[in-house]
Amino acid sequence: MPTTAPNGFCKRIIPCLDVDSHGRTVKGIQFQGLRDIGDPVEMAIAYEAQGADELVFLDISASFEGRKTLVELVKKVAKELRIPFTVGGGISSLPQVLDLLNAGADKVSINSSAVRNPKLIEEIATHCGSQCCVLAIDAKYHGIRNEKPSWDVLVKGGREVTGLDALDWATQAVNLGAGEILLTSWDKDGTGSGFDCHLTSTLSQALNVPVIASGGASGVESFTEVFTQGKADAALAATIFHDGIWQVSTLKHALHKEGIIVRL
Amino acid sequence: MPNYKQVDVIDYGGGNVGSLLRSLERLNIPYQLFAGDTTENPFPTGTNPIILPGVGAFEALMQALHTRGHVTVLKQLVQNQKVPFLGVCVGLQVLFEGSEEASDSCEGLGFLKGKVVKFTQGKVPQIGWNYVNAKQAGWQEGFVYYVNSYYAVPEDPSAVLFESVYEGTAFCGAVAKENITAFQFHPEKSGEFGQALIAHWWERVNEQ
Repeated sequence: MPTTAPNGFCKRIIPCLDVDSHGRTVKGIQFQGLRDIGDPVEMAIAYEAQGADELVFLDISASFEGRKTLVELVKKVAKELRIPFTVGGGISSLPQVLDLLNAGADKVSINSSAVRNPKLIEEIATHCGSQCCVLAIDAKYHGIRNEKPSWDVLVKGGREVTGLDALDWATQAVNLGAGEILLTSWDKDGTGSGFDCHLTSTLSQALNVPVIASGGASGVESFTEVFTQGKADAALAATIFHDGIWQVSTLKHALHKEGIIVRL
Repeated sequence: MPNYKQVDVIDYGGGNVGSLLRSLERLNIPYQLFAGDTTENPFPTGTNPIILPGVGAFEALMQALHTRGHVTVLKQLVQNQKVPFLGVCVGLQVLFEGSEEASDSCEGLGFLKGKVVKFTQGKVPQIGWNYVNAKQAGWQEGFVYYVNSYYAVPEDPSAVLFESVYEGTAFCGAVAKENITAFQFHPEKSGEFGQALIAHWWERVNEQ
């Protein structure tokens, strides 16, 4: 295989699928609500074939019915998929985590529930290992706080400001046992104007766990930037992949040309 | 030339073996679980190759193997009778004599000489895809999925099957010596290449 970059430890590309209470992949369309864009199992298989390094499934219904649908979906995905996948959305207790891991998920992602109850991180790490425990943080720029740039932690889908500083919260979570941080910029999410490299590098350089950058994905340069300046270990995107703007494989070949180590 | 009908998977009641079993199903390799002396049909008998999956900590895995009575049986079958064996992740690490992760009093199976040490560079654990360079003939190279803070340092360098580099540290990604093969990474999570590695091991044990 001819290579311009060395083969070594890779930056990961992670497509994200939002799943509704009917177990379908959906996409939010401005002023129109949600649109069904396909079967998550079929999409997962297609993304693996394209070279996705990992997948994230987010249950956006967070309802009792949706939860049962999700466990069934995880079983189907686990049967087909040969790459790791994370499941998140509305997870608030250890039994829910165990249900999802037993169904075949490799990791779970927790967000608002961990802010309410940080002990949940510790419980998951103790029972299942840190490698299963992804802490999702939704962050929005606050301004200068204590003479440093600071980002607020948002919960409830971005509707509520917690008063927590994103770096402080991530540091506490890692000490409690979080194994990875899924970091979404609410300043960038949905803009297609590139990832928030400042936010990402601030957390990634301070923490000894991988940071997955999310929000703002657009072209190759946005990924190159977040991996170099942003020091991200992985990058997550939805729209650019779902809309077919980028095939994962095309994106990875382009990154490879830029000298970013990716799995080809 | 043996023509094995199935693999015998060691079940020690911890760790998620589901994904490995699904890999075997996809490859049409029949398997049977052996849960140790808590069950009616506790141990492999040596008629089939053995797989030891491993998730979690070195010491926890050794304790679970002792509790279920697997250690004596594995020593008899794998070390003495040279039954073909595949270890995965911590299932590789426990083949060695000890680990920095475990207390000094916790001995590994000791089928291979050497120790298990912790990464001192970069983010720990290593989580993600890395390239394996083949150090023995007959194996393909490619990308595999790792989740590990520790790696084995075999005393016999010729036991190294694959080598990877993490943050400047070259480390042992797999070992192969006589009847023993073991992967530090997760072949069951390593896409098509990972599946091919399990298939290749199965072909080799059937050819030997």
